Amino acid sequence: MNWRMLFPLGVFLVLAAVLASGLGKDPRKVPSPLIGKPAPQFDLPALKVPERRVTSLAYAGKPYLVNVWGSWCVACREEHETLMNLSRSGLLPIVGLNWKDARDDALRWLELFGDPYNDIAVDADGRMAIDFGVYGAPESFLIDGTGTIRHKFIGPITPKLVEDELKPRLAAMTRGKP
Amino acid sequence: MNRSLRTFAFAGLLAAGMAAHAIDPLPFKDLAEEHRYQALARELRCLVCQNQNLADSDAGLARDLRQEVFDLMRQGKSDEEIKTFLTARYGDFVLYRPPVQANTWVLWFGPLVVLVLGAVVVVRIVRSRAAPATAIATAPPPEDA
Repeated sequence: MNWRMLFPLGVFLVLAAVLASGLGKDPRKVPSPLIGKPAPQFDLPALKVPERRVTSLAYAGKPYLVNVWGSWCVACREEHETLMNLSRSGLLPIVGLNWKDARDDALRWLELFGDPYNDIAVDADGRMAIDFGVYGAPESFLIDGTGTIRHKFIGPITPKLVEDELKPRLAAMTRGKP
Repeated sequence: MNRSLRTFAFAGLLAAGMAAHAIDPLPFKDLAEEHRYQALARELRCLVCQNQNLADSDAGLARDLRQEVFDLMRQGKSDEEIKTFLTARYGDFVLYRPPVQANTWVLWFGPLVVLVLGAVVVVRIVRSRAAPATAIATAPPPEDA
């Protein structure tokens, strides 16, 4: 008889545990199925000199970061300082993917806040971003020497993320290859 | 009166048109193609406003993805191939109807399990309450009746 009275309490506790485990999760962070898969190849016009092409081929062989941004993106502004520092540290090349942006706005943005990118590819119609599974800006992809996506940063990259997520992975990559 | 009625009807018409679906000026070749496109757009999730499908969402990404769906249709891709194309990039989350697989069993069959459990509990309670009642009904009549 006693267990029957405890039954609703048990149900409540299980339900509470399930719901509590969901509280800490960010529903906006959808895991990417592309991690561990080859990064999509790109061959896009450069932002600064549209006649020039920015290609994934040019970056093959060594790790690099693809950063999806737009001058319209507020959170990109937030991570910009971190990208500038990352660029200064020379840890790895950063390739910008200027997503659905107006060229003049993008150029002005770089002029105002600084340019952390080794190269900026223009994805005006968003086709490239779809191949990367991008659903918001900023998003960044860590691509290794074999052209495989090793990590995806959803949302702004923070100094903490650089230390905790980027550097260890990068170190593991360079260690794996003499 | 007549005039306000007409205005009201007109507003109603406008609202009905808006509620129908996101209207894209896409060059459909026939009605069947348009229906197929609309059905697909309703099955796919917009990842920006996550509780809307591609057909309902006015987000920029949703528009791009609708265009992509249309282009893939034009390339002769089947519905399955188009869904595979999108899940390869965005994961199963992009599907409004998640596939039945090990990690979605709870999602698909959980409600059924809860329903069966509930039914079992209800049946047991009803039986346990009915038992004393039948006992009374079948009790022998008092001696001195």
